[in-house]
Amino acid sequence: MLALSDDILMRIDKPARYIGHEYNAVIKDKADVDVRFCMCFPDVYEIGMSHLGIQILYDMFNRMDGVWCERTYSPWPDLDKIMREENIPLFALESQEPIKNFDFLGITLQYEMCYTNILQILDLAGIPLTTDERKDGDPIVIGGGPCSYNPEPIADFFDMFYIGEGETRYKELMDLYKRFKKEGKSRDEFLYEAAHIPGMYVPKFYTPYYNEDGTLKDFVPMDESLPKKIVKEIVLDFDKAPYPTKQLVPFMRATQERMVLEIQRGCIRGCRFCQAGQLYRPVREKNIETLKKEAIELMEYTGEEEISLSSLSSSDYQALPELVDFLITECKDRKVNISLPSLRIDAFSLDVMSKVQDIKKSSLTFAPEAGSQRLRNVINKGLTEEVILEGARMAFKGGWTRVKLYFMLGQPFETDEDIEGIGKLSNEIAKVFFETVPKEERVNGKVQIVSSTSFFVPKPFTAFQWAPMCTKEEFLDKAYKTRVGIASQLNQKSIKYNWHEADVTVLEGVFARGDRKLSKAILAAYKKGCIFDAWSEYFSYDTWLETFKECDIDIDFYTTRKREDDELFPWDFLDCGVNKEFLLREWHKAAEGVVSPNCKVQCQGCGAAKFGGGICFEAKNKVQ
Amino acid sequence: MKLRIKFSKTGDIKYTGHLDLMRFFQKLNRRAKLDLKYSQGFNPHQIMAFAQPLGVGVESIGEYVDIEVNSMDMTSAETVERLNSVSIPELKILQVKKLDDSAKNAMASVQGARYKVSFKEGKAPSVDVSALIDEYMAEDAILITKEGKAGEREVDIKPGIYEFKADSDGSFELFLNASSAGNIKPVQVFESLLAMNGEKLKDNALATLRLDTYEADDKGNLVSMGDVGEEF
Repeated sequence: MLALSDDILMRIDKPARYIGHEYNAVIKDKADVDVRFCMCFPDVYEIGMSHLGIQILYDMFNRMDGVWCERTYSPWPDLDKIMREENIPLFALESQEPIKNFDFLGITLQYEMCYTNILQILDLAGIPLTTDERKDGDPIVIGGGPCSYNPEPIADFFDMFYIGEGETRYKELMDLYKRFKKEGKSRDEFLYEAAHIPGMYVPKFYTPYYNEDGTLKDFVPMDESLPKKIVKEIVLDFDKAPYPTKQLVPFMRATQERMVLEIQRGCIRGCRFCQAGQLYRPVREKNIETLKKEAIELMEYTGEEEISLSSLSSSDYQALPELVDFLITECKDRKVNISLPSLRIDAFSLDVMSKVQDIKKSSLTFAPEAGSQRLRNVINKGLTEEVILEGARMAFKGGWTRVKLYFMLGQPFETDEDIEGIGKLSNEIAKVFFETVPKEERVNGKVQIVSSTSFFVPKPFTAFQWAPMCTKEEFLDKAYKTRVGIASQLNQKSIKYNWHEADVTVLEGVFARGDRKLSKAILAAYKKGCIFDAWSEYFSYDTWLETFKECDIDIDFYTTRKREDDELFPWDFLDCGVNKEFLLREWHKAAEGVVSPNCKVQCQGCGAAKFGGGICFEAKNKVQ
Repeated sequence: MKLRIKFSKTGDIKYTGHLDLMRFFQKLNRRAKLDLKYSQGFNPHQIMAFAQPLGVGVESIGEYVDIEVNSMDMTSAETVERLNSVSIPELKILQVKKLDDSAKNAMASVQGARYKVSFKEGKAPSVDVSALIDEYMAEDAILITKEGKAGEREVDIKPGIYEFKADSDGSFELFLNASSAGNIKPVQVFESLLAMNGEKLKDNALATLRLDTYEADDKGNLVSMGDVGEEF
């Protein structure tokens, strides 16, 4: 029986979002189940269904005896309204049963702009919005994912956070829960015991103290048995970790409709703006034979038309040529397309792409991130103009005519010359086309360059966590200068420029480096109707400004303020492996424009080697 | 080699749309490891033709899709079993037959569809529809307004209503034109019937089950699309 009536399903947009029944969805006999876990991606179904992390955890939980993991996503505003009017509790897709009766609600935190959607989920489910209000019998609300590396702005809404990779400790947590449930122990007794499992953070057992200027003074656990620093969990034997090859195949078109093969975790490149590059250290590669086996299983079990490799930097995977050859052979007969994101443009990747894509229709992507070499050194983006232009030259010779360029505006120490560099570099690439391809060979007649800029938000656990963020006005001024800079180029007709709105960036900046004081403002904004902030048609900047004012939240304190080297940050009680001394060294090197070589060239002593695994560790052992 | 697959789409998945169904079949055929024939070009796609798309909310026990394969090393029964082993219970493969190489595909040949229709709870009109059918079917023309790409236009649906009768259980059976050019939906029949009697069909009033889909044989008689082709 579906949770929603026929009348509702026939009245709302895309009812297939809410009915479950996806191929490879797991249905268990409730008689054999002790723990009901609902995994939630707090955004609309099509987005959530494209996320690999949920697939990994869904598969992992459902391999456990006695645990049934189901899924839920944010009801779109049309259904949200109906559910409120008709008091329909939020349900899990597989059983269609109310989440309120579950043991756990797990929420993945992929981006800051989903924070009000967390409250929407809790509210629609009928679960009290804050941990303090919840009672025995309410589900344990647990968060995870990249934003849990600064959980403080949403600390009030969660009973606990799982810091790090889910593969390692969930079994232990589930076993503890089963035991305590059988023994009739209370919610608080469970949370207290859980807080002693490595990687688990129970915010209500920790109290922040503040200085008069609003910065953090101290962050203290309730008693000495609780860890003062919580170390992230990490999978060391990546080949033995469970990986889902029976991935869910939705009826509806998901945003990314394809099977995903994760080839490695972590990144050797130390781009100073990049949070993922630090959070997932050290780099761990999956064995090529494991990948081959998984690729075949994925194709057999899903029937999807496209396979995509997942990693932060695929070109750095050592056995990539062998893997790609294997995939090209296997996919050819099966008519499966291969998608290779995050490839550096060079002779190898161009050769591969010419085999797997239609050159005429596809475009090449470069991510210089900054317009000038000086600024690329500041951000430690190891990509030179020479390399970009050479890559473009080879690509144009190979028949490509479309190039996409990605830049960020508002990175620390950026000057007007750096911004001018965006236009100049775009122009240089167009020039390379006209120099490389003789007139009679220009198939489409011309070259198409699309330059896009996003606004930079400093993130925790990066070298730029100390950096003042730009104001909205500064951002817009930079975008204007970029536009003018491009328009003044000789080849400006070949260059298209895209930029984003700055409002939402400001809010992202507040949350990214926010503290626990923000919880009440997020709650207040939600009560004023803010949901789906990541969607421009629903985002209301004015409501947020008004709410911050009412809650005495100073936006500039979180965004544009200069942070001293020795400031205690709200996320400093977490240990992601990369230590603060290393990040500070990187911050100072950025100020001087000095680059740091990548992990394979020279160890920078970031601290992640302490986990005793991954590439940096293996390399060291080889030397000895 | 052309194959015609007969299937049912019932239960909760009636809320998925036709494009969703097409994608489902593309993946189903791959999972079943059929030796599928693909179109030429850089982005080859499976050669596949559905009879008449099923609307969201409508169930069916008589749907058809034609596909092409390069070779086949199973019998009809084995193929049905293989496909069902990689499908979901709500989408059941009922029959697979081999079509003549010269056969037109399901989309081109579909002519009619038979439906069982009843009013959903609380959605019945105040008039007794069963008592009005004879009068309705005696009309020379039944004009309805169809919205097309070129705007609204008046269409006479009367020639496309082959049968319309009330069953003793309170439901209705309709046999309607289902060709690409002249498809008539049960809801259009009920709307027009009620309009003639000064009433309006309520929103989402009809529970509709498509019983079977038909094409014309050499003599122009309508035959079930499932009767065309041979078991192998």
